[in-house]
Amino acid sequence: MTVKSPQTVAPIFIDGSALKISTLRVLKADGSLINGVQAPNISRELAQKIYSDMVYTRTLDERMVGAQRQGRLSFYLTCTGEEASVAGTAAAFSPDDMMMGQYREQAALRCRGFTTEQFMNQLLSNASDLGKGRQMPIHYGSRKLNFMTISSPLATQIPQAAGYAYGQKLAGKNACTLCYFGDGAASEGDFHAGLNMAAVLKSPVVFVARNNGYAISTPSVEQYAGDGIAPRGIGYGIKTIRVDGNDILAVYAAAVEARSIAVKGQCPVLIETMSYRLGAHSTSDDPSGYRSAEEEQEWRQKDPINRMKNWLIKKDWWDQSRDDSLHQDFRKEILHELKLAEKRPKPPLADIINDVYKTPPKFLLEQLTSLQAHVAKYPDNYRIHGENCQ
Amino acid sequence: MTAVTRMNLLQAVNHGLDIAMAADENVICLGEDIGKFGGVFRATSNLQEKYGRPRCFNTPLTEQGIVGFAIGLAAQGSVAVAEIQFADYIFPAFDQIVNEAAKFRYRSGDEFNCGGLTIRAPYGGGIDGGPYHSQSPEAYFCHTPGLKVVIPSNAYQAKGLLLAAIRDPDPVIFFEPKAIYRASVGDVPNEDYELELGVADVVQQGNDITLLGWGAQMIQIGKAADIAAAEGISCEIIDLCTLLPWDTDTVVDSVNKTGRLLVSHEAPLTGGFAGEIAATIQERCFLSLQAPILRVTGLDTPFPLIQEKQYLPDYSKIYEAIKVSLDY
Repeated sequence: MTVKSPQTVAPIFIDGSALKISTLRVLKADGSLINGVQAPNISRELAQKIYSDMVYTRTLDERMVGAQRQGRLSFYLTCTGEEASVAGTAAAFSPDDMMMGQYREQAALRCRGFTTEQFMNQLLSNASDLGKGRQMPIHYGSRKLNFMTISSPLATQIPQAAGYAYGQKLAGKNACTLCYFGDGAASEGDFHAGLNMAAVLKSPVVFVARNNGYAISTPSVEQYAGDGIAPRGIGYGIKTIRVDGNDILAVYAAAVEARSIAVKGQCPVLIETMSYRLGAHSTSDDPSGYRSAEEEQEWRQKDPINRMKNWLIKKDWWDQSRDDSLHQDFRKEILHELKLAEKRPKPPLADIINDVYKTPPKFLLEQLTSLQAHVAKYPDNYRIHGENCQ
Repeated sequence: MTAVTRMNLLQAVNHGLDIAMAADENVICLGEDIGKFGGVFRATSNLQEKYGRPRCFNTPLTEQGIVGFAIGLAAQGSVAVAEIQFADYIFPAFDQIVNEAAKFRYRSGDEFNCGGLTIRAPYGGGIDGGPYHSQSPEAYFCHTPGLKVVIPSNAYQAKGLLLAAIRDPDPVIFFEPKAIYRASVGDVPNEDYELELGVADVVQQGNDITLLGWGAQMIQIGKAADIAAAEGISCEIIDLCTLLPWDTDTVVDSVNKTGRLLVSHEAPLTGGFAGEIAATIQERCFLSLQAPILRVTGLDTPFPLIQEKQYLPDYSKIYEAIKVSLDY
């Protein structure tokens, strides 16, 4: 079957910038609605929950960057500036929907009910970490919460999400997959492979491209020449929308509709959230080497959390004193749980060979026995944070 | 007596897939051209017709997409059998296989796994395929903890090992020796059976030297052993079947008996899996060895087209190496 295309006799080339995609925006910075626009249907309870998740994420990130600076964590990566893009999309999905993240989506985990204790256990690689201390901080995952464990390689989750969603469709589940990635990851081959497969095979997956302007130090102008990520969705035959990622109402409205299209239509949808990575790429990065303080300041004025707070206060659903105590409570809880997690033991050495295969084969058991004997002989060489690990 | 049907290796693969799909509705086959067409070699013939398009379907031409998609399917609970049209084209999917599939269970602390994944790919030379339709990339994958690597050498094994691979709780790379897809013919039980992974097959007992290989190479090894036998040399022949994890004990027992080992594979010498076997066997059988362990392999060159015959480690090269070992 060939492309059904109207014919022309004029040798006209379509300009690479001909397709301009608008950005959905509902909320102004001061928290008022853009004239004539109706707010999406959102209850007071849900709005407060989303706001709380955003504040939690901001607080968690601030405290953990601090803890990393104190040498209590090896590494950390913040969601700062993009809380609305993540919390607003996550809130529109059902707990049965699988979430596959890149690594900057802790707000989505919080939305699903990942506890502070669980965050801390993972960040400190202790024996209670669901991931058994095997991956760097921020590589969270939880089967119970349908949040696929994060892996560092970029964009690999995109074709996997297409396959996962196809499996949900075959199993007749009334569920879909929500897949996050960044504007940098969208340059990887797996992005193109994954979107094309999802479109051709009609997988109920909602892709959320968090366009935050930077891939580590590389600005989007050096990442792509076209109009961002959204037109690529259309190129693959996928229903697509672009939203202001700092506008919680626009993000939430788009996500509710996207989920409905994906589940009812059994097809993929792409949302591009336009936002800004207010923090460094990670605790190993210093953005002052590649972008100006003025640029950052400009984006701080558009902070998604302030914008939502202004809207809540205008609606009389929130006030400053509640806001103060929310921040304070989260700070206290996070620091308390950090201390507790630091005291928990590290995973046992024997875990080093578990889960490579479902059942450890003989050669791995032999390697473990040999390692254990060596570690027992030289225990001082193998302490982890002073702890004797056997 | 179980009923058997005479069939070739390719038909045995098709038969195995058919049985797997009939026995478990979660088994899904995907890959390029595998749908109505039945695959470029016809390994998936009639499967779409029998089980429907949702369970046996063509994918776009993207190996990384196929493997990534299949990993997602497996993580969701399906049993995904992905075909890569030629092993030479598996490399775009290398990241998905090595960084994703192999580490899925480990990195998540067993919160998630993609154990339902099997990746099938025709491999090896002998079909005038030149550099890109002839390669034997097994060693790359044997270097990756978390994967299993399986290579059958005949129709009986193809069906039994494939069924075991599909049902194994870990991701399996299943390389099929395409040069003998049709040439290798044998009696295959009609019933559903599995051959245990990680178990080598002692094809022939012998006392003077152990000849070890896998896949299409077993035919060359068998011919060389026949010529040697005419000269009174008794060869023990082992078909490794599973390269990761490989059946060390069977090879060790054999070498302790014969005192000599020759390993042959089509892949290049340097970094080839024969090196790994040689290292382990010299550790375990040092005092039993009466000659250095020999490797008869492809050259350290890309796979050539016009010199394919010269490149391949055929029976005459193996026979000469047997004599070198015996004369040491």
